[in-house]
Amino acid sequence: MNRLFAVPFAIAGAMAIGHGAALAETTVKWLHIEAVPANQAAWEQLARDYEAQNPDVTIEMQFLENEAFKAKLTTILQSDDRPDIFYSWGGGVFEAQVEAGVLRDIDDIMQDGWADTLSPAAVNAFTYDGKIYGAPMLVSQVGFWYNKELFAQAGVNAEDIQTWDDLLTAVQTIKDAGITPIAAGGADKWPLHFYWTHLAIRLGGKAGFEAAVGGEGFNGETFVKAGELFNQLNALEPYQRGYLANTYPEAAGYFGDGNAAMHFMGNWDYNVQRSNSVSKEGIPDDNLGWFPFPSVEGGVGEPTDTLGGINGWIFSKDASDEAVEFMRFFTNQENQRMMGREGFFIPVAKGAADEMQNPFFRQVSENISASNYHQIFYDQMLGPDVGRVVNDISADLAAGVITPEEAAEAVHEAWEFEN
Amino acid sequence: MTTSVVTGPERQTTGRSWSLPSSLHHINRHGRLTTMVLFLPPALLLFTIFVVIPIGEAGFLGFFKWNGYGEVTDFVGTRNYEFLAGQRVFKSALFNTGLVILVSILVQLPLALGMAMFLAQRIRGSYFFRTIFFLPFILAEVATGLIWRFIYDGEFGLVSAIWGVFGAEAPFVLAERGLAMYAIMAVVVWKYFGFHMMIYIAGLQNIPRDLIDAAKVDGATRWQVTRYVTLPLLKPTIMISVFFAVLGSLQLFDLVMPLTGGGPSNSSHTIVTYLYQFGIVRLRIGFGSAVGVVLFFICLVFALLYRRNLFKQA
Repeated sequence: MNRLFAVPFAIAGAMAIGHGAALAETTVKWLHIEAVPANQAAWEQLARDYEAQNPDVTIEMQFLENEAFKAKLTTILQSDDRPDIFYSWGGGVFEAQVEAGVLRDIDDIMQDGWADTLSPAAVNAFTYDGKIYGAPMLVSQVGFWYNKELFAQAGVNAEDIQTWDDLLTAVQTIKDAGITPIAAGGADKWPLHFYWTHLAIRLGGKAGFEAAVGGEGFNGETFVKAGELFNQLNALEPYQRGYLANTYPEAAGYFGDGNAAMHFMGNWDYNVQRSNSVSKEGIPDDNLGWFPFPSVEGGVGEPTDTLGGINGWIFSKDASDEAVEFMRFFTNQENQRMMGREGFFIPVAKGAADEMQNPFFRQVSENISASNYHQIFYDQMLGPDVGRVVNDISADLAAGVITPEEAAEAVHEAWEFEN
Repeated sequence: MTTSVVTGPERQTTGRSWSLPSSLHHINRHGRLTTMVLFLPPALLLFTIFVVIPIGEAGFLGFFKWNGYGEVTDFVGTRNYEFLAGQRVFKSALFNTGLVILVSILVQLPLALGMAMFLAQRIRGSYFFRTIFFLPFILAEVATGLIWRFIYDGEFGLVSAIWGVFGAEAPFVLAERGLAMYAIMAVVVWKYFGFHMMIYIAGLQNIPRDLIDAAKVDGATRWQVTRYVTLPLLKPTIMISVFFAVLGSLQLFDLVMPLTGGGPSNSSHTIVTYLYQFGIVRLRIGFGSAVGVVLFFICLVFALLYRRNLFKQA
């Protein structure tokens, strides 16, 4: 413990000498979106530990629900009451924030040994224009969580689901058995955008996405086809009744209560399906399974390509050095190890994932390591505007109100409007 | 502030002893000028800061592409408006807002009027029911939305329980594109009719009792009394109530957000939720401002026409 604290202490000490004012009581405002109680408690504990080590720093934790956070962030960042530290998914939203000048870069502190402790890909996700702005914390992958008991009841074997057609067959079989095949939080839209996006990844691969953002745009064959394939699934009406009015947390609870056979979601759903289930226990480990998004015939994407996120913490423009130092402590290797061990998420500090007990997270961690192309969520990657349009058209496709051509055209139009 | 308010009336009465120029003295008859000088600036200042300047700013920003951060530099001309005009969701938002106005006027207000006529009578329990019907209006909009979201739930909600009595599977009204907006309008009517009812009750109580008695003495039936005495005398009140209902409908936002947030798949947006979701959430403040300008003109045109044509008659 002491050894790990030594570095931040030395720096804090050096800065205290440099600026006498830094010795005064500093309050670090930390805005997070963590809704799982166990994780929250652990974070709170770390904050209190840090305060005990640094008596002149007070860590103030503020919580906003995921969707509320995204909606309010712009306003919050420009108010005088802005947090020092807040959550980020990287990508275009983060880049827009850098360009707007509302962020503080932490390049000097990162270069001072901090970046070396983290996976380079993760650091890269929060680097813009050669400067590091954020402290990455976790990686994630999107895939199919499934309920083994319900699969057995319907006579479906998860190992058999290798292609998109296999998935469609499985969905039909499960539906015929009188079980809701898939839970979906359609009201939030982004849970549905995973389908369209992941299909595009399988169809076009890395080259497809790069060509699209490189100038070709989003009305090409790849993206139209993604909509068509997505509609094949939608045509089976695979989701729970009323899914378009259900938010993600509701859908997670629905799956966690054992009401649906599958939930297409990130690995974080392991914890959320628990905390949002009626019993707070969710589906027990031995009954829970996970398989990656199936491959698509004729697609040029590799089956090992992954969709997910690299999430972390970024700092508002006047954030204090204390805030950065606290994050350095919070995401240090020891704490990252602990978070991996406790199964909160898949940590990005080097070697921190080794101690993960959670077999699902271990698997996901291996998938991401093996992946040559880890696509960050479109709705974050493409920036606040285009990203939301992708969410919109995904919900519209599921609701059956637009054609795959119109969907691709809408994304293309928004993208052109931005560029 | 307090002292000026207190001294105001005193100055009015002693106004003549002031050494005002004679021309102003003339204008200041009955202390009018004093009142104006004292009371106009604060109101004018607030109005300028919170109404005129923001409207001007929105008008300005509507011609720019601006994400809400930093300098406003990217002039795009009328592109925001062109984009708006071509947007399917905006058209449906306009349509929905129009629908809310219609339902407010054609369903909510008659309902409120009927209830008011009934409850304005001194009958047993009328105070009790006035309170009951007024209660939804007191409830915060967001709380109302969340409560109704639960009521509408097809699995656990009240609606599903009612359906269950008949052994049927309840629809998820908020998940159906064709139903969600109507479900929202039902909540709007439920929430605001009590408010209009109260306005009408107040109006009804202002109608002199002897006029109605006189009509009855002349042999008017109950319907005739309503039609030829009560309603004409209530007209100014009705005009006010329609005015509130329409402007309220144009601004409908906080009830829709918790209920559907404009969904499913953007089918239940009003103009304001559209502005919020497509302007603010997407960091397109310039575009959002353009929507705001359109909304402003709709409100302005309505207010002007309404004043000119209807208040005058009333």
